[in-house]
Amino acid sequence: MPGDASILPMLPQGGGRPLNLAPAPHRSESGGQTETAVLTLEAVSLRIGSTALLADVSLSVMRGAPTIIMGPNGSGKTTLLKLAMGLIEPTSGAITPPPGTRRGFVFQRPVMLRRTAAENIAFARTASGSPTDPSAIARLLDLVGLAHVADRPARKLSGGEQQRLALARALAREPNILFLDEPTASLDPAATKLVEDVVTRVASSGVKIVMATHDIGQARRFAGEVVFLVKGSVVEHAAGSAFFEQPATEAARRFLVGDLIL
Amino acid sequence: MDSAGAIDLILSGDATLLAIVRLSLLVTVAATLLAGFVGLPLGAVVALTRFPGRNALIVILNGLMGLPPVVVGLLIFLLLSRSGPLGFLGILFTPKAMIIAQAVLITPIIAALTRQVIEDLWAEYREELTALDVGPVQRVAALLFDARFSLVTILLAGFGRAAAEVGAVMIVGGNIDGFTRVMTTSIALETSKGNLALAIGLGLVLIAIILGLNALAWSVRQWAERHAG
Repeated sequence: MPGDASILPMLPQGGGRPLNLAPAPHRSESGGQTETAVLTLEAVSLRIGSTALLADVSLSVMRGAPTIIMGPNGSGKTTLLKLAMGLIEPTSGAITPPPGTRRGFVFQRPVMLRRTAAENIAFARTASGSPTDPSAIARLLDLVGLAHVADRPARKLSGGEQQRLALARALAREPNILFLDEPTASLDPAATKLVEDVVTRVASSGVKIVMATHDIGQARRFAGEVVFLVKGSVVEHAAGSAFFEQPATEAARRFLVGDLIL
Repeated sequence: MDSAGAIDLILSGDATLLAIVRLSLLVTVAATLLAGFVGLPLGAVVALTRFPGRNALIVILNGLMGLPPVVVGLLIFLLLSRSGPLGFLGILFTPKAMIIAQAVLITPIIAALTRQVIEDLWAEYREELTALDVGPVQRVAALLFDARFSLVTILLAGFGRAAAEVGAVMIVGGNIDGFTRVMTTSIALETSKGNLALAIGLGLVLIAIILGLNALAWSVRQWAERHAG
């Protein structure tokens, strides 16, 4: 799924400046192989009072296939994503995206601005200092299959359409790493499929996807690697195939067979 | 008979009645614009910034929404009277003084309601706008724009409050025939004189304006629901 190709070639060309969804430029040598870290967390903790929401999380998110954050409710998936995005500050530890990294975020329940779908995207492009030429906005709407509702109020769209518009709005920032916080949690299967199709296309274009999900089937469909959290700690970080076929911890085994993890 | 006379005055376009209505609307529109010019940004700033004494300011703004008009009138009278600090302006007993009095009366209403609307919207938008890396200027602009329909309703509420006010404009305007006599002060005066036809006629016009404003505010909300979500 990883690649350097811009997402632009997949889309109808309308002229104007192409959307630049290039991967992050940071590289490091590891074990003789060239790997690219798009984000590094070092001993990151977040405490509120005496409660640790995240405890001593160290993680290198490498460029390539999607990284899936899994874990039971309350395990810290959303907190980890928000910290990685910079929406909240850790109590201790460091989060270091390489210079030039552009990050995008899609919330589980995105908030639509009170304007049209196209204007929502134009707003995001303005905020990121990108040109708001109509062709760029049209291409993003095409990407998420919403060209036909460009002029409709965003808040009047269905839940699935709003989620796809949120994806387009996040992509309007031309990110090279995109955080998705359970983007299909409240969607029906048909809407979920449409969102997943967009995520697949975005991932194929070289944008690093980091997605939290509690949907094991969805995790299997996307996972290049899995970060498994329990009570704010990373208990497993493995390639997707290894995690699903041979989980290394009892907690992961129980989670994958549907047991409640308390 | 007085009611019939009142209807006749309205339907015949009585010159006295029309002049009073015209002055009332001019004063109140000007006061609402002035109060909006101060109250909207003030409310937005209080909603979006944190500073020492902010909570006290919020309590004061909320409290001032119930300012007694006669007290406001007295305050403006003291400021503008010949011996007052602003007496050199020479605007006491003029429409300008009435505009200031009405503006002072409704500025806290507009500021307090704006603060609440913007603060609620900010609570909803905070994470999304932060994730989009929206700068402070664009953030304020976005919030004011997205709250535009609520803000229009707030301005209309302020207009209604100012239009229905009598005590302050009576004190600072003096209720001078043909110069500072507005609907509310005229109604008070004509009633005391027993000229009920004009008082009722003006009362009907005033009620029509207030109802019309409420209908307009409701329509704005309905339109916003349909077209902006």
